[in-house]
Amino acid sequence: MSRALAALLAGATFGLGLAVSGMADPRKVLGFLDVAGDWDPSLLLVMAGAVGVYALGWRRLARRPRPWLEAEFRLPAARSIDARLLGGAALFGIGWGLAGYCPGPALAGVGLGNADLRWLLPALLLGGWLAGRVPAR
Amino acid sequence: MSQFTPWSALAGGVLIGAAALWLLAALGRIAGVSGIVAGLLPPRAGDRAWRLAFALGLPLGAALWRLHGPLDVASRAPAWRLALAGLLVGFGTRLGGGCTSGHGVCGVARLSPRSLAAVAVFMATAMLTAALLRHGP
Repeated sequence: MSRALAALLAGATFGLGLAVSGMADPRKVLGFLDVAGDWDPSLLLVMAGAVGVYALGWRRLARRPRPWLEAEFRLPAARSIDARLLGGAALFGIGWGLAGYCPGPALAGVGLGNADLRWLLPALLLGGWLAGRVPAR
Repeated sequence: MSQFTPWSALAGGVLIGAAALWLLAALGRIAGVSGIVAGLLPPRAGDRAWRLAFALGLPLGAALWRLHGPLDVASRAPAWRLALAGLLVGFGTRLGGGCTSGHGVCGVARLSPRSLAAVAVFMATAMLTAALLRHGP
């Protein structure tokens, strides 16, 4: 199997999961984020399912000498909790709370013909490109 | 108003976790949507195909769920809000090195201190923003 096909399968399973879970619907996401309203805890169960499955398997996989189709595992090495991490997370959260889209659902939603994304997705890509131009100190 | 959908949320979450494990097993990579897309802005030779394939898989997988029945997921929020939200999400996730998938699913499952800190911050600012938008002045 080629690497691109393996990645396509991963992306498609991920996208199907987002659609099945309801997380491609920004109203469901906002229903979770707005704890002061008519609270919808669904997002918590999506995280529980995803984190639970990953937690069970990742260590055993990463202990193998190498991944199936690549020379080595590339797990994040950064350890410092710095202003970049916290500032970036804070800005992301504001954007997430504004419209109910994080990057996964913003891409997956294209497959659902979601008209919101005509505005949101180009802006998201522009924002990512701009952040890539912020010099790392 | 959205309603609590525990079973589909859990099932979707399990699919997302399985997709992330599969990417780790096959390519040795963290399934972080923002990070995978950031590597395409701009694309680098040799590292492009798998990222593009994953990003294309997301809408393809979500589209599969449409076979199950029509989905209307657009929020129809004003264009300026969608664009501003996209900009903040794109910028913040790249600056902060991850989003709901990389930090939220993979990082939390690996008990990464950086990811736990990022998740605490973006959950807090997202909840504050969503509540202010709905119940604010």
